[in-house]
Amino acid sequence: MSESPIPEKTPQPDIMLPDPKKLILSASPHIQCADTVPGIMRTVLLCLIPPAAASIYFFGFHAVRILLLTTLFCMAFEWICCKLAGKTSTLGDYSAALTGVLLAMNLPPGVPWWICLIGSFIAIVVAKAIYGGLGQNPFNPAAVARVALLVGFAGPMTAWVTPCQGFFPDEGKAPAAIQVHETERKPDFTTGATPLSLAKMAKTPEEIQALQTPDLLKQCFFGRTQGSLGETSALAVLIGGIALILLKIISWHIPAAMLGTTLIFTWIVSKADPSLTPGPVFHLCSGGMMLAAFFMATDMVTSPTTRRGKLIFGSSIGIIACVIRIWGGYPEGVSFAILIMNALVPLIDRICYKRPFGWHPSSAAAYTMRRGEVK
Amino acid sequence: MSLPPHVARFTGGIHPMDGKGLSNGIPARTAPLLEKYLVPLHQNIGAPPKLTVTKGELVKKGQRIAEPGGFVSVPLHAPTSGTVGNLTEVPGVAGNTLQAVEILSDGKDEWGSGLDPIVPWQEADRKVLKQRVADGGIIGMGGAAFPAHVKLSPPPEKTIDTLIVNGAECEPYLTADHRLMLERTEAVLEGAAIAARILDVDRIFVGIEENKPDAVEAMKKAAGAFGIQIVPLPVRYPQGAEKQLIFAITGRAVATGGLPMDVGCVVQNAGTCAAIRDAVVEGHPLIERYTTVTGTPVVHPGTWIFRVGTPVKEALKLAGGVREQPAKLILGGPMMGFAQSSMDVTVTKNTSGILLLAGGETGRYLSSPCIRCGRCVSVCPMRLLPGPISVMVECENYALAEHNFVMDCMECGACTFVCPAKRPLVQHFRRAKAEINAIRRARKKH
Amino acid sequence: MSTTFLAAVCVVGIIGLILGCLIAFTAKKFDVEADPKVEKVRELLPGANCGGCGFAGCADLADAIVNRGINPSRCTAISAEALKDLSAFLGVAAEEKEKMTAVVFCGGSLSRAARKAQYNGIMDCRSANVAGGGGKACAYGCIGYGCCARACPFGAIEMRDGLAVVHPEVCRGCGKCVTVCPRNLIRLVPASVKIHVYCSSADKPAARRKVCSAACISCGKCIRADGQGRVEKQENGTVRINCENPPDISLAETAGCPTGALQTEEAHRAIRPISPKETQK
Repeated sequence: MSESPIPEKTPQPDIMLPDPKKLILSASPHIQCADTVPGIMRTVLLCLIPPAAASIYFFGFHAVRILLLTTLFCMAFEWICCKLAGKTSTLGDYSAALTGVLLAMNLPPGVPWWICLIGSFIAIVVAKAIYGGLGQNPFNPAAVARVALLVGFAGPMTAWVTPCQGFFPDEGKAPAAIQVHETERKPDFTTGATPLSLAKMAKTPEEIQALQTPDLLKQCFFGRTQGSLGETSALAVLIGGIALILLKIISWHIPAAMLGTTLIFTWIVSKADPSLTPGPVFHLCSGGMMLAAFFMATDMVTSPTTRRGKLIFGSSIGIIACVIRIWGGYPEGVSFAILIMNALVPLIDRICYKRPFGWHPSSAAAYTMRRGEVK
Repeated sequence: MSLPPHVARFTGGIHPMDGKGLSNGIPARTAPLLEKYLVPLHQNIGAPPKLTVTKGELVKKGQRIAEPGGFVSVPLHAPTSGTVGNLTEVPGVAGNTLQAVEILSDGKDEWGSGLDPIVPWQEADRKVLKQRVADGGIIGMGGAAFPAHVKLSPPPEKTIDTLIVNGAECEPYLTADHRLMLERTEAVLEGAAIAARILDVDRIFVGIEENKPDAVEAMKKAAGAFGIQIVPLPVRYPQGAEKQLIFAITGRAVATGGLPMDVGCVVQNAGTCAAIRDAVVEGHPLIERYTTVTGTPVVHPGTWIFRVGTPVKEALKLAGGVREQPAKLILGGPMMGFAQSSMDVTVTKNTSGILLLAGGETGRYLSSPCIRCGRCVSVCPMRLLPGPISVMVECENYALAEHNFVMDCMECGACTFVCPAKRPLVQHFRRAKAEINAIRRARKKH
Repeated sequence: MSTTFLAAVCVVGIIGLILGCLIAFTAKKFDVEADPKVEKVRELLPGANCGGCGFAGCADLADAIVNRGINPSRCTAISAEALKDLSAFLGVAAEEKEKMTAVVFCGGSLSRAARKAQYNGIMDCRSANVAGGGGKACAYGCIGYGCCARACPFGAIEMRDGLAVVHPEVCRGCGKCVTVCPRNLIRLVPASVKIHVYCSSADKPAARRKVCSAACISCGKCIRADGQGRVEKQENGTVRINCENPPDISLAETAGCPTGALQTEEAHRAIRPISPKETQK
């Protein structure tokens, strides 16, 4: 094998060799996948186009106004925070823009501009920048902002707008309490209250049943209902959400767990006591359930990293949201459920972490350092 | 012989680009003789060998020039006949400096190893065979550099029943083992049979990834004569990692912190097996190896047979040099190899590849925060939590990192490959391991 | 209305009283005996918890001083004034201890040191060490990513032009930087020695010059100029000032060091980025 031939003459002088000073020195590995954080955020924004487009279709100018305002305010606050902290601007990773769009999806179309401002401030400064920026926040920024606005500014946060009234629709007013004559009429999701508010106010099985006619359910699914920008069209959100899963941005675990649990739970409750709440289809298609399942609960920073943990996380959100919807004080409970489970994410990850490959009880002896002993 | 094994799937793993098309169809070429070889002394894990020749001494090809420095050490041999030159220094792969001895070639390239062929080895004493493996200076040629005779000397309380030959070559771009198995099929198989005889086992498997169908075919054809079973493996990085390979073929999981011999297995690289065969059957110690010189900036990529001590500069000249300035020069594969900053580094016994990457092909690390996306967790073949551990290391909380099993990380790089935030995860873990080992050493002293 | 008000005030007042008594009782019952002397000593110590004394923080040292007979001069971070006060309080004479300062024995700033490659990775010296050793060509020199500066509890180390430089007036001699440097370039020396050879390269002298224009090339000029053995060549080829018997700082001018590796501490601290033209001597 190694009988050498006659030594060759020195190679031709025009062979180019690398200049070592221009080489890059780094630890292994030396190849990486093409995904980047800005790329992921951009893809999520792309998948938010169907719900955003649907909201513009239904609410016209109001949707455009809110989308623009929240996005601009969020980006502005992020830039200010970076400046104050002396860091280079992180606008390039698109996370502020994404928070802005998600916040818009959570706001009713009739909110005044200053709600957008306060919401953006809470989302970016209070829920994210104070913790150290991207990757450090324990709670979903858009959910925090929405809940804070809901609790602090309940009036403006129920400024519903009648859908499909042209590009400049009038703002409708939310009824403070359901009028007697409203329950005698057939419920209408396009004027007056949102589907979930009507479900909360309905007391008898007949009223509940009246909310679940095929026409009304179709309205919930396709979107001609009152509600926040991202809450009307379940179909648009579903399209965007499935695109997210197919593009491998999020895994199927959280949406499947959340929607599956909601389905089973509401089916059981509605069968057990028909006067309490409508059935699973209604719950899946109304309110922020779809939006939360695909875009809010799946926020990477605030959800578990392990796959088992994601399933537990998703199912718990589903149950808590349904409990609040059925027995709680608010008609919609998904945002609260998300925040409650965000707080439990470190615990979930701790419980769900499997042992390393080949772990054996005898290997515990190899781990001699006790926590806190060396720092 | 045992029943065909059911190939088990290990969790995690990634599919980086293949890159082997650049060189896997080209037969290996023998590198022409150089005028000077710079043979590093300390190429193996364990004690460095001690030089036994002096400047000006005449040596023959394969003659011993350094004695082993202990049990976990191997001798060193002259790559060609000629004169011993100065004791000098060459850069090591990890940025360190190695002592190296110059061998000035006399052009005659005459063998003189002093080792007689042991034929027929089937009847030779096992201890004699094992001593020959030690005398041949053979170390793990897949990159581990562990002395082969030590691997073939498990303590008596460990019962070994399986020998696994690692022909997986899961790293992208590398084709050295591929060409070796195609061109020296019988040598690899015979070497495996010799190793099995030393260990006294009769279950021998060769794991080969399915992206080398011609090698699988060639090996299957010849394997029957030796009683060896060829196991095609699914293509997934790091299929060739020892623990994952053992799990795939035998279904046994090596305990964390443990060794393959704990589950009755010994793993040897295909190149190591061929070297064992050469040492036993021909009396030729380890002085050369198959190495892939590849990468898109290389003018003529391919596989070469280099003598130990060939400067990388000469190796690249043989491959026609580069057509543009590369971004990285890597010894080894792109996932676990070492980036180099000097052209004076040499080919050693475990250099499986010389890889050049262009600017667009190599990633750039950023100091960005972990966004907890969890991709690293899903690809880690050791089922660790790379992202959270890297945050612990950044906060210098090494106790917590050890508690989260960072010492079991095999630095395969799968997590860093998928990280969208481009965090240098493997560097964090290497740092953590260095700190934890330093603390353990300091504790032992007190 | 007023009776309800009165009732509320009384109830809350009584609850407050009961709880207050409970707190006072538990405070007395579970009180931990604190030696007031140890407390006072602890107040007089600098409170930096730097560990330079070898004990686990200032509280531990205070306890050791009072109860285990440790001399207060064991604290390296204490100022001379405070040491006087502490000794006076204890009625113990403080041992005379020479003030030590840390020195980084390297002059390879970015202007003087050659580069070997472009480093891409964690900007920390110990991390760079496991990934090929950073961007500078010298394998023995300061990597320059600030590990020691971050480790110093007093902020005494400044990164100037990619080289760590210690400010002796801030340095308290605690030794944290010594343990953290991956190249073992930092040593604690008496603060009174103001002239050093700022190079630790154990390379062959010819090779040293190639990688850094500030390297000591072991030419021996300073050893001969001194003539009294106060500058010594070490076993590994480096040249060191004898800190027990140091030469006068004028040696830096009279020796004629060809690279400037022999420098006064003041001149060394004046390191600033210089253009490539100036480095060509």
